[in-house]
Amino acid sequence: MTGNTLLSVEDVIVDLPTPRGNLRAVDRVDLTVGTGRTLGIVGESGCGKTMLSRAVLQLLPKKAKLSGRVMFDGQDLLQLPPEKLRKLRGRSLAVVFQDPMTSLNPVLTIGTQLIETLQEHLELDDATAKKRSVELLAAVGIPAPEQRLAQYPHQLSGGMRQRVAIAIALSCEPKLLIADEPTTALDVTIQAQILDLLAREQRRRHMAMIIITHDLGVVAGRTDEVAVMYAGRVVERAPTPALFKRMRMPYTEALLAALPKLDAAPHTPLPAISGRPPDPTRPLQGCSFSPRCRYAVARCQSEKPPLEAAETSAHQFACFHPIETHADANA
Amino acid sequence: MMLQSAPSVSSEALLDVDNLVVEYPVGAKIVHAVSGVSLQIARGETLGLVGESGCGKSTLGRAVLQLRRPTAGRVLFDGQDLTAMQGDALRLMRRRVQLIFQDPIASLNPRRKIGDIVAEPLVIAGVKDPEKRKQLVHEVLTAVGLDPTLVVGRLPHEFSGGQCQRICIARALILNPEFIVCDEPVSALDVSIRAQILNLLEEMKGRFGLTLLFIAHDLAVVKAVSDRVAVMYLGRLCEVGPSEQLFARPAHPYTALLIEAIPVPDPDVRPTETVPVGEPPSPIAPPSGCRFRTRCPRADQRCSDEMPELRAVAPGQFVACHHPLI
Ligand SMILES: Nc1ncnc2c1ncn2[C@@H]1O[C@H](COP(=O)(O)OP(=O)(O)OP(=O)(O)O)[C@@H](O)[C@H]1O
Ligand SMILES: Nc1ncnc2c1ncn2[C@@H]1O[C@H](COP(=O)(O)OP(=O)(O)O)[C@@H](O)[C@H]1O
Ligand code: SF4
Ligand code: SF4
Ligand SMILES: [Mg+2]
Ligand SMILES: [Mg+2]
Repeated sequence: MTGNTLLSVEDVIVDLPTPRGNLRAVDRVDLTVGTGRTLGIVGESGCGKTMLSRAVLQLLPKKAKLSGRVMFDGQDLLQLPPEKLRKLRGRSLAVVFQDPMTSLNPVLTIGTQLIETLQEHLELDDATAKKRSVELLAAVGIPAPEQRLAQYPHQLSGGMRQRVAIAIALSCEPKLLIADEPTTALDVTIQAQILDLLAREQRRRHMAMIIITHDLGVVAGRTDEVAVMYAGRVVERAPTPALFKRMRMPYTEALLAALPKLDAAPHTPLPAISGRPPDPTRPLQGCSFSPRCRYAVARCQSEKPPLEAAETSAHQFACFHPIETHADANA
Repeated sequence: MMLQSAPSVSSEALLDVDNLVVEYPVGAKIVHAVSGVSLQIARGETLGLVGESGCGKSTLGRAVLQLRRPTAGRVLFDGQDLTAMQGDALRLMRRRVQLIFQDPIASLNPRRKIGDIVAEPLVIAGVKDPEKRKQLVHEVLTAVGLDPTLVVGRLPHEFSGGQCQRICIARALILNPEFIVCDEPVSALDVSIRAQILNLLEEMKGRFGLTLLFIAHDLAVVKAVSDRVAVMYLGRLCEVGPSEQLFARPAHPYTALLIEAIPVPDPDVRPTETVPVGEPPSPIAPPSGCRFRTRCPRADQRCSDEMPELRAVAPGQFVACHHPLI
């Protein structure tokens, strides 16, 4: 990676005990994010994206078991006392969730929530904190920001709520913002606005960002690097242009193919990925994608493909039979 | 507006919605959810309906099915006015029309077994023979790609979102309807499962000879399954036209905006930052004239003085705009 490494996730495993047995939500994930860079994490529902981001934030469910190392800004987060962690979160490490109500308090006005966050981390007096709050709301595209300070979250639309959640996340100038499906619950037009907003603020603040999504379309023009997750593992990882130029992992190719194409005629059947990801409490011996993979051979069922680069490049994939060329993929 | 349809479908209108108005009273105020919408759907056709959250898509779909009685306007289904129907006549008619919801999990009763959920329309329709019901449930579950023996005895929470949507589709199909309103059937689903469900709907449409009103907020999804597309904004139609034509040459500024907002999976296509900031105005006090004018880059005085009516701009393509793009 170029530049300084801000976040490094090393061999992270998240295990969750369930009535059906142990559920490995995240399985030996390694990732890095450089200062000011953007990483996209893509994968289907249930593949471990949220658990991975919660592992980074140290916001896992109580019963979860975490192993590995999470280094952020020179500190080992797993070793940090809870008090210091709390300080870090909201200050240099911020998060925006899919459902803005997860991070907003329904009984407090937007103004109170913004001002409290600012004062907790930045020691501002009331007047300055209020002024900053208005500026932040204006920056995230909320009209009439002064009036909004007195409103409650339920008085806003979903898009507006997400803007407020972003304003709060940005309020203390974080070094890293984790956006976990920030637009999945929103309309396409509002989605475009929110993604533009995040990109603009990121550039302005030279902040690093992780965007989590199930839609490859969302990460294409907006990230430096993409990691594709499947069944808890990273199965392909590459600089964004390289990934879209030449996908190697059949799962990534299948995810892309499943998107409706703008240039296809109506009623063109979509190449759907058949079936579903495996039950995470019943891990497969071989490649987790093998039951759904059209390139699978016997070896795929018995052996787990490691995540590695074929050439001396940054492009890694976990597959015994990577797709050779893009032309092949379309054949 | 003239009836327009893709060449492959017959031009007989199964559904003819005429100047439909739906208003919700809230306190002393009125939400103008649907304000004078007219559209036709030919037998065997899929009409896509797109628009942002809150623009009135679901309200329109529910009013068409008389699940919400419209304030004004007519809904002709196979020549009969549903808005004038009551009691038994309406109940009989309801067998021919069905609704599939956006949130598949929430639309299934969590305490009932899948077999009972899917059989429920049969019970309501008076199919008394339990063996007959069982057989029909098995047939329809198989048709939507589920294994009846593994499914009928289980509860909704044991299924994923995609599987619940298959169950909802099975329930909608069991009375062999002619017309289905699909209200954002894939919005809550992942990209991969979304493709499965879209393919399933297409397959079922062919197999059961269905006519569909397909509601979504994602134009790319709508285009994949629709012969024609209607674009809605704040209770009114902006544009109606054949899917491909509408994509290639949108006439309404709002249609162009929706097309621009679709994320393209190509890193060389830099997302344009031209989407106007802000959200639709409140339907309690919609803007005068053209309702889109507060966000429209082309708006002028005329747009606030005068409401644009739908008019033809190209064969089969109609737009409600004083300054269309084509
Ligand atoms: N029962 C109701 N009482 C009052 N207002 C309502 C009611 N149902 C809907 N509305 C309002 O009517 C307008 C249209 O709502 P509708 O649900 O039809 O929109 P939609 O286009 O389906 O939106 P979405 O994409 O979010 O599903 C909105 O402003 C909504 O808040
Ligand atoms: N609180 C929890 N307790 C037990 N299992 C959970 C919990 N949260 C998530 N899981 C499981 O962990 C796996 C990964 O989930 P998640 O990280 O939420 O996936 P994603 O964000 O990619 O959709 C899934 O199998 C999910 O069912
Ligand atoms: S390892 Fe085998 S099953 Fe897995 S993705 Fe590659 S070809 Fe498919
Ligand atoms: S009528 Fe005017 S405001 Fe409305 S879409 Fe056309 S140009 Fe824009
Ligand atoms: Mg998640
Ligand atoms: Mg709706």
